[in-house]
Amino acid sequence: MNKNGFGKKLVTAPYTLWMVIFVVVPIALVIYYAFTDADGGFTFENMTYIFEYGKTFLVSIELALISTAICLVMAYPVAYGISRFEARRQQTMIMLVMLPMWMNFLIRTYAWMTILEGNGLINRALRYFGSDGFGMINTEGAVVLGMVYNFLPYMILPIYTVLTKIDVSTIEAAKDLGAGRRNVFRRVLLPMSVPGIISGITMVFVPAVSTFVISKLLGGGKTFLIGDIIENYFLGNTGMINYNIGASLSLVLMVLILISMTVMNHFDKDAGEGEGVLVG
Amino acid sequence: MKKRALSAVLSILVLLPVIAMSGCGGNSVVLNVYNWGEYIASGVTDQFEKETGIKVNYTTYDSNESLYSKISSGAASYDVIIPSDYMISRMIEEGMLAELDFGNIPNYDMIGDKYKSLEYDPENKYSVPYTWGNTVIIYNSAKVDAADVAEQSINLLWNEKYSGQILMFDNPRDAFGLALKKLGFSMNSTNQAEWEAAAEELKRQKPLVQAYVMDQIFDKMSSGEALIAPYYAGDVLAMQENNPDIKCYIPKEGANMFVDAMCVLKTSTKKAEAEKFINFMCSTEIALKTAEELGYATPQTEAKALLDPSITSVSFIYPPDEVLANTEVFFKLPAEINKLQSDLWTEIKKD
Amino acid sequence: MKLLSKVYNFLVFGFLYAPIAVMIVYSFNSEKSRTNFGSFSFRWYQELFNDDIILKSLYVSLLVAVLSALAATLIGTLAAVGIDSMKAPLKRAYLMVNNIPVVNPDIVTAVSMMILFVFVITRINGLNMGFGTLLIAHITFNIPYVILSVLPKLRGMNSNIYDAALDLGCPPLKSFMKVVVPEILPGIITGFIMAFTLSLDDFVISYFNSGSTAQTLPVTIYSMTKRPYSPKINALSTLLFISVMLLLVVVNIRQSAGVKKDKKTIKKEVR
Repeated sequence: MNKNGFGKKLVTAPYTLWMVIFVVVPIALVIYYAFTDADGGFTFENMTYIFEYGKTFLVSIELALISTAICLVMAYPVAYGISRFEARRQQTMIMLVMLPMWMNFLIRTYAWMTILEGNGLINRALRYFGSDGFGMINTEGAVVLGMVYNFLPYMILPIYTVLTKIDVSTIEAAKDLGAGRRNVFRRVLLPMSVPGIISGITMVFVPAVSTFVISKLLGGGKTFLIGDIIENYFLGNTGMINYNIGASLSLVLMVLILISMTVMNHFDKDAGEGEGVLVG
Repeated sequence: MKKRALSAVLSILVLLPVIAMSGCGGNSVVLNVYNWGEYIASGVTDQFEKETGIKVNYTTYDSNESLYSKISSGAASYDVIIPSDYMISRMIEEGMLAELDFGNIPNYDMIGDKYKSLEYDPENKYSVPYTWGNTVIIYNSAKVDAADVAEQSINLLWNEKYSGQILMFDNPRDAFGLALKKLGFSMNSTNQAEWEAAAEELKRQKPLVQAYVMDQIFDKMSSGEALIAPYYAGDVLAMQENNPDIKCYIPKEGANMFVDAMCVLKTSTKKAEAEKFINFMCSTEIALKTAEELGYATPQTEAKALLDPSITSVSFIYPPDEVLANTEVFFKLPAEINKLQSDLWTEIKKD
Repeated sequence: MKLLSKVYNFLVFGFLYAPIAVMIVYSFNSEKSRTNFGSFSFRWYQELFNDDIILKSLYVSLLVAVLSALAATLIGTLAAVGIDSMKAPLKRAYLMVNNIPVVNPDIVTAVSMMILFVFVITRINGLNMGFGTLLIAHITFNIPYVILSVLPKLRGMNSNIYDAALDLGCPPLKSFMKVVVPEILPGIITGFIMAFTLSLDDFVISYFNSGSTAQTLPVTIYSMTKRPYSPKINALSTLLFISVMLLLVVVNIRQSAGVKKDKKTIKKEVR
């Protein structure tokens, strides 16, 4: 009877195979490398490097949190605004949000250098109006800006997706029942958009905490993030290649993100199947 | 029927990457060339392919260290690579390079004797120089006092007067090289204490440094964003084109002379073709084109003779022999010093 | 309030497009500088078309994006159908694994795949890191996004239609193509576009997993760090941007033309 059941198993076969070989096995290898030394013997020594780079971890987390917060505050009104347009306008606006991503992010980051530099466009404009201008590039602020810029679309899209699913009549009903603008937002809109906010937060925080290019280009090599250190251990600019230490730091980063995800999902009671809200 | 269709789909899926992987093979010989980014004159690989029928897969790297890590991983096979001096000696020592058959590289005769048998390849068996140059201290003559420059010293990079307007190399070998020379030590020092002293110097310099950069030095200096920076002499001419106030000197304490040379990897199965490529790159026509487009000095004597005298007369690109005598070529550091350098550099950068 | 929200939207979009505008303007700079603007010129466009290395890596980028998006869409769509019909515990396990590449930082995904490739290639003769590994890596991080955009459409679909088609004697593949695919097509298209976009935008994963036979454009650009930033990159990005814009405009016009047509036929039918 259940002949299509067999067919359905068969259609997932290539996927299952692929994910096992190229996702599960590599993660297992990271764990294996993290707990072995160069000769393959079991060791905890690689893990001690977490303490050596403790401060770097903290700086990375701090900058990523700041950029995530800024993204959230910036994105919510935009996502809301877009979701209130008529359908065709919405599509165009969403395309406009995604379009910058078609320029590779390295190129966009280079463009920011032109804007921020001491003799960049902003400072030149300031000087034109008589101000002295100020140093923006090569600071942690510039790194945060780079993160916000690059990852803002990842915040807008999921929030927009959940907001489109909210029935306008819900809001109207709340208004009819005498809820003020503020209450409508706090009691109706915000709770209903939690899943979108949560997936937005993860989609911004994760790439931000692990970036190594943004810190190199906009931070002038002075802000050293955990991503920079991992990169160094694998494709080492400092000339010390050590997959084992690199793997252990990657593992820590992975666990760190897993923990924060679990905490985040706690806030989201509707996240039943563990699916993120993506662009619908 | 349906099963056959499904298995067809399945096998296509599985085969897809395999086909893609082998797709690059083809019938003709394929050379994998690995070079610095933006470090070849335009159209050269095409010309080589046309003349010889050998296909070239040309890929690029951003530092000697990332070149080394790609090769030492053993997962990517290259034929021709163009590392710098110290990396060449490291690779020779680790047995990664093949001895060249100079019978296949007749154009080698046109490489100047000055650039042969240098410390990194003392017996001249493994490498053919591609470009060379030296590091210089660049400054903005409109903003930096002549009195501070008069000394012609590395100390300018540590001058507190220009705090926040100094740039520094974002790679440990060049940065430590400057600090070691500043203290009067060799750039190839094997003395731990000297390295630690140099690290102290770099830490002391960090608050004065606007940024640790490589390519950005070019833009930041020509736009006046920064006033003082070390860099490779070959790029100074282009900076001066954008900003005539840019000047430079070879520091009196001595500078680094670098040579980027072409080598063939031991694992290469296409050694003869690789040598053919090297020979091609050494031909007068290509060497001239390279020197003109890259701005770095050429070791090829015939090409140098054909170069515009306005370039060959520039003293910081083709310095006189007595200045050259004061320069030092990097060579491989012992493993423990290498590790020390890496640790010290991470320490400097992370705080 | 309306005005305020308009101004705000304008500012945010201004922020998103400012660097792109800068890049376009500076692609016409006669000087080789990222900050000084000399005069208007096409110099960098000319140099770009002479630079076979940049053009080749652009070709690799596009090829990898198209192939990986196609493969991911194929594998992902099929798998989504299977996953959708699974029982809860198994489904949860699948979705968890599916989420690994989505949730994991790029650098961890990149590093883990690099370890795998190095591990396998150094043990088996004749393999090499290059176009193949690049493609595999891109397919791997693309598949989950296809699944995540197809699954909701499947859930919204009435599964009885497919069974009905089978009961009426339609072979499974045909019923799948005729019944299921049209229903979930919007999800498949979204998945494909997302995969393509992510693939083009990627640098980190390509940086760690490219090898000796091919590298993508961002890797080529990144490797130029020893040399002065070349405005050729601006010229290239400008051209890319304009072609994407044109593509979108064409798609939009065709869509609205399609909508009009539909309206007409509906009107006719009503009459």
